[in-house]
Amino acid sequence: MTSIFPLLRGTITTLELTILLLAIGLAIGIFLALGQVYGPLPVVAVINIYERFFRSIPALVLLFLFFFGSSYFGLSLSPFLSAVLALGFRSSAYQSQIFRGAIQSIDEGQMMAARALGMKGFQAIKCIILPQAIRLAIPPWSNEYSSVLKDTSLAYAVGVVELVREGRYIIVRTFEPMLVYITIALVYFVLTYAGNKLLAFLEKKLAVPGYELKLKEAKSTKYER
Amino acid sequence: MSDKTIILKIEDIHKSYGKEKVLKGISFSVKEGETKVIIGPSGTGKSTLLRCINGLTKPDKGHVWLDGVEITNSNVNLDRVRQSIGMVFQNFNLFTHLTALDNVRIGLVKVKKLPRDVATEKAIAMLKKVGLEKKAHLYPAQLSGGQQQRVSIARALAMDPKLILFDEPTSALDPELIGEVLYVMKNLAESGMTMVVVSHEMGFARSVCDEIIFLDKGVVVEQGPPDVLFNHPRNKRTREFLCKISELYGESGER
Amino acid sequence: MSLLSLIKEISPQLLEGTLVTLQLTGFAISLGFVIGMFLALGRLYGRGPVRKFCIGYIEFFRGTPLLVQLFIVYYGLPRYGIKVPSIVAALLGLGLNSAAYQAEYFRGAIQSIDEGQMMAARALGMKKLQAILNILIPQALRIVIPSWSNELIYTLKYSSVAYIIGAPELMAQAKFIAAENFRYFEVFLVVAFIYLVIVSLLSWILRIIENRVRIPGLQTS
Ligand SMILES: Nc1ncnc2c1ncn2[C@@H]1O[C@H](COP(=O)(O)OP(=O)(O)OP(=O)(O)O)[C@@H](O)[C@H]1O
Ligand SMILES: [Mg+2]
Repeated sequence: MTSIFPLLRGTITTLELTILLLAIGLAIGIFLALGQVYGPLPVVAVINIYERFFRSIPALVLLFLFFFGSSYFGLSLSPFLSAVLALGFRSSAYQSQIFRGAIQSIDEGQMMAARALGMKGFQAIKCIILPQAIRLAIPPWSNEYSSVLKDTSLAYAVGVVELVREGRYIIVRTFEPMLVYITIALVYFVLTYAGNKLLAFLEKKLAVPGYELKLKEAKSTKYER
Repeated sequence: MSDKTIILKIEDIHKSYGKEKVLKGISFSVKEGETKVIIGPSGTGKSTLLRCINGLTKPDKGHVWLDGVEITNSNVNLDRVRQSIGMVFQNFNLFTHLTALDNVRIGLVKVKKLPRDVATEKAIAMLKKVGLEKKAHLYPAQLSGGQQQRVSIARALAMDPKLILFDEPTSALDPELIGEVLYVMKNLAESGMTMVVVSHEMGFARSVCDEIIFLDKGVVVEQGPPDVLFNHPRNKRTREFLCKISELYGESGER
Repeated sequence: MSLLSLIKEISPQLLEGTLVTLQLTGFAISLGFVIGMFLALGRLYGRGPVRKFCIGYIEFFRGTPLLVQLFIVYYGLPRYGIKVPSIVAALLGLGLNSAAYQAEYFRGAIQSIDEGQMMAARALGMKKLQAILNILIPQALRIVIPSWSNELIYTLKYSSVAYIIGAPELMAQAKFIAAENFRYFEVFLVVAFIYLVIVSLLSWILRIIENRVRIPGLQTS
């Protein structure tokens, strides 16, 4: 019974990690996607290298790089902060791909019609392209949420006291590894499920009437890891 | 005739994509209230020409004047210019995430910066003009092709343009939906709107247009009033092309 | 000591770790392949309890972190008399985890095959199982190649998590070296570079294979 409180505390830390790094990944990711679609060639090349880097290197290695790198450069970020940054940048590379795909799947006539009305480029992106892209991006983004939530467990390795580490502390006291880890697994499972349900609700709420078919198509690729 | 002002004048427009020379020196002018119809085989650069007129494509060479102001000048604000040139596309290009009303309203609110209630009133008036005020709250995917095209005409009209460009506005429509769009366009032409229309609807051309321009291989081959061009085409290529489209579209005149 | 001489000094040990990483990845993806195929077929064609089990398995492994799964295998199972060395636990955990993902890829591929294929096979007089084995699976395996390539690279990257339970792969070797010379950042920079190279190389090879086995004229989106 005394184990419930630390598990709750760990769950909250895990959620904080998840939300913070998703937010960072979202902000940078959309920006990168726009750069890739509308930017000049050198910008596209730089973004490609950035993506390649963060997608090829394992999350765990990135965590260590940011954690030890910050002290190497005299910044000494806390484990929590270096985890948020490492995984946040990593997520931005994946989210950039999600949003790029969504933007590119929008008919180019939309941009042309917007410009023909006299909108400036950034106005067209803000009022016409992004609202449509974000709707299309929800199903793959929900996938990214699940991955990121699970990957926060790796912050355990740089000493963040999140759900798995709280579990470890309990096991040291109770010698019940199976019970504790199964419980933790269930917590993750519920969080994944609830998050996906929430996003599916959002998707439905934002759906454009008459456009359900297109959304169904996007969904059929949902099992990608 | 001559007392009317020239709204649009284009001179010696050239445009190439890579090695392919699409436009090789096009010139014509359009007076206030005139409707000009551009015809020509697929791939001759009709769409490219229209995009050169409102600056969506930058011509390699040549000049465009709108209402006496040269808009091919590099220091002209093209976004400002496009506000006064409406454009209607072959595949409508209605903004898919916005209702019919919002599609018409968005240019007024975001580009013209009109207050929301004023913009709404105007948007509804425009939808009324194309006979769709009852469909204001439906999304594009809930409208038929003909209805979508009428909304897109309302969207262009709402900006109070000096000129509207139509790029094959009916060629993506099922035959039974073409009539309603042509009807709206005809009313527009008769109410004095200045229009440049790429279309192979000969009935429409006969009944409302002032001049037909036949474009082939990047040049103006022949131009003239519809009855002259249809009945006594001087150029062999014009004759052959007119034969071909009358087979395709029929010579039925009014639809 | 410059970075270059550091690299020279630590590379034998890192190379050893890299080999373990590659082996671990190879065995885990193979284990995942076999189990994944059974799970996919069970989920698609199985009856009541079989189908339920497959769905439960897939959802559990996809819905929970690999780290927790490894902890369950390595720290949880010994309670029930199943005690294995860390490298075996890592292999089991990674393989069982990958099986869930591969199952979904296989299922997607099988489902994307036109119904007419099954019908035509049955019309020839094949039994359902025969049709699945001879007609559906060969086609599905080709369709699944792009997502399967992706999964292979994921497994390679996530094999690094095995370090946390003490499997002597690349990360573990790196941590070991760094604990002696205290040059954590540089050592992990080298490790990052190694992963970058392997992943790039592997993606390149897989892309070539993808192009080789494409059936002429058959579009598999
Ligand atoms: N953005 C572009 N990049 C490269 N080539 C282009 C581009 N736009 C048009 N073209 C080429 O220019 C030529 C003219 O195209 P355009 O669309 O203007 O013809 P069109 O007369 O409108 O034909 P259609 O009747 O089929 O609409 C075509 O050969 C086309 O391939
Ligand atoms: Mg065209």
